Amino acid sequence: MLEDLSCHILDIAENSAAADAETVTLLLEERRRENWLYLSVEDDGRGMDEERCARVYDPFFTTRTTRRVGLGIPFLRQAAEACDGELTLTSRLGEGTALRASFRLDHIDRPPVGDIAATLVTLLAGNPRIRWIYRHRVDDSEFLLDSQELLAVLEDPDMLRTPAVAEWLRSYIAENLEEIGAGGESIAQDQKS
Amino acid sequence: MPRIKSLEDLKKIKENAKDLTSARSEGKTRVVIGMGTCGIAAGARKVMDAVLAELEKRGLHDVTVETTGCIGMCQQEPLLDVIRAGQGRITYGKVEPEDVPRIIADHVVNGTIVQDKVIGRAD
Ligand SMILES: Nc1ncnc2c1ncn2[C@@H]1O[C@H](COP(=O)(O)OP(=O)(O)O)[C@@H](O)[C@H]1O
Repeated sequence: MLEDLSCHILDIAENSAAADAETVTLLLEERRRENWLYLSVEDDGRGMDEERCARVYDPFFTTRTTRRVGLGIPFLRQAAEACDGELTLTSRLGEGTALRASFRLDHIDRPPVGDIAATLVTLLAGNPRIRWIYRHRVDDSEFLLDSQELLAVLEDPDMLRTPAVAEWLRSYIAENLEEIGAGGESIAQDQKS
Repeated sequence: MPRIKSLEDLKKIKENAKDLTSARSEGKTRVVIGMGTCGIAAGARKVMDAVLAELEKRGLHDVTVETTGCIGMCQQEPLLDVIRAGQGRITYGKVEPEDVPRIIADHVVNGTIVQDKVIGRAD
């Protein structure tokens, strides 16, 4: 099982990369006031037809085992439902896929946000030709990372694969997320103890 | 509070790296890490972190790091391949972050395969 949301995000976004997406838009929203956490991953990859989409959502939906389906999406769905939330998956063949998941923020079983910087570094270094847009909101504060802006500086996408750039990116993301207090629930928990 | 890293810093990295990326592709060593669901669950992202950190520490800027999806050897995850000119593709299994410095030092730098971690090879 995947230990935190950042691992789920990596797993889901890898599907988008495997579906030949050109642009993948990720959003993680910590709405502390409303006590909800929302995650969405949208891509313009090859998409799925209705039947496949239903099967990916629920691998036990049909007893036919024509092709193996993975467990990444069901894992996330289970995690969301365990926290009073839900997961929706919508896809159109040839157009793209959108996944949304919600979690009650203060639910005892809600997975921690985890290491978002490591996830994004892995995605960008591993798939430098995809345009990655990552938005992280904590109530009214927002951090936005658009790999196109990085490429405007770097020019060559392969630069994203180099260790020096990866290390810069990791600190850049971590510092910006700290600025907006991302994943701060762990701090609140520390204070309680 | 640390100073926020800026795009200016990125520009500097780019300028310093100019000559390094020019000799790309041919003869360059590649490190490929499995990033499917099983790989991630088994800790592949930490292995990726360790690889990037080790390469940066040693200043090995001519090595590229890539990721790949599930290749059906889930029980051996995390998987890490090293593709080095003249040596084909070597697949390491059950790689822990602690194994990474050894694989980089012995195999990537010196060309000596870390035998006890190898689970497959291809030309
Ligand atoms: N964004 C996507 N675009 C197209 N197909 C997708 C997407 N996400 C998932 N799929 C399809 O659903 C399958 C199952 O996905 P998932 O549950 O994450 O398991 P896994 O990634 O381990 O195969 C994928 O192998 C792929 O065929």
